[in-house]
Amino acid sequence: MYKVYEIKKRVFEDNDREADKMRGELRANRTFLMNLMSSPGSGKTTTLKRTIEALKDEMRIGVMEADIDSAVDADAISETGVKVIQLHTGGMCHLDADMTRQGLEEMGTEDIDLAILENVGNLVCPAEFDTGAVKNVMILSVPEGDDKPLKYPLMFQVSHCLLINKTDALSCFDFDFRACEERVHRLNPEMKIIPISAKTGEGMEEWYDWLREQVREWNSGK
Amino acid sequence: MHELGIIVHITKTLQSVAEENHLTEIASVTLEVGEVSAIVPDYLTDCWQYYRKKIPLIEHAEMNIEVMPAITFCQSCEKTYPTVDYGRQCPHCGSWETWLVTGDECNIREIEAQ
Repeated sequence: MYKVYEIKKRVFEDNDREADKMRGELRANRTFLMNLMSSPGSGKTTTLKRTIEALKDEMRIGVMEADIDSAVDADAISETGVKVIQLHTGGMCHLDADMTRQGLEEMGTEDIDLAILENVGNLVCPAEFDTGAVKNVMILSVPEGDDKPLKYPLMFQVSHCLLINKTDALSCFDFDFRACEERVHRLNPEMKIIPISAKTGEGMEEWYDWLREQVREWNSGK
Repeated sequence: MHELGIIVHITKTLQSVAEENHLTEIASVTLEVGEVSAIVPDYLTDCWQYYRKKIPLIEHAEMNIEVMPAITFCQSCEKTYPTVDYGRQCPHCGSWETWLVTGDECNIREIEAQ
């Protein structure tokens, strides 16, 4: 005989619990985990490469590249000389806390101050799943348009820092910074917004400063 | 397609519930899915049909989805309105000081099992 059991549980509950547990461990380990999200082609890998080159002499960096398939991003990042591993999501469009844990275990966090997770390129699914990262950073590139906060609100709500990339291409596109900023802050008043060009280097210093400060604060254990 | 990821998480929860209650077979699972949860019920059901075959506990379990309407509350005029029609701006007074009351759920409500 079947019986009815009342469950009343949020589906994301176990993932959120796992993510919180991981943040605790990262804290104890003095490792800062940054989750980088964006749509495909916004310049995640180029931004990362440049960031790693700028910071690798002052902190120990490890990168986890998550993709559905292939290792092209991991190959590109490995040119910088930092530790990098490739995670395959097996068809899944995002990483969750469990998969991130497996990645961290494979990479090892003992000798890492800044661990970076390059999430699957997608503005929808990665926003739903807490990876256990200390901070979520997202990139929106100028060609994608200033209306993205209207279309993908959750991604803008769960992120702490927004990099608006490809400012060198501004003259070719109708991207309204003011409108974009307003839309983002309506969803998330705390969001730090930094316009950058990972290609020319414009704005990158401000981004490095923000990241440095986050890593320093977390790893100081305060 | 985050629906498959959601199914994996639902299955994990069901497995732990089954273990706690010594259940071996689940006949149905009822979910509450909010209108603005960004989850597509049809995709969720498709993913379920595919994934359940791999797990004996849920192999024959039907999935029922109850869609929860999205309602937003306006802080300024203290009225509510349907979120899907008007978004974040209050249709009564034009304020942006609004927040979602219901509609972003993704809950497992109940199961039938033995």
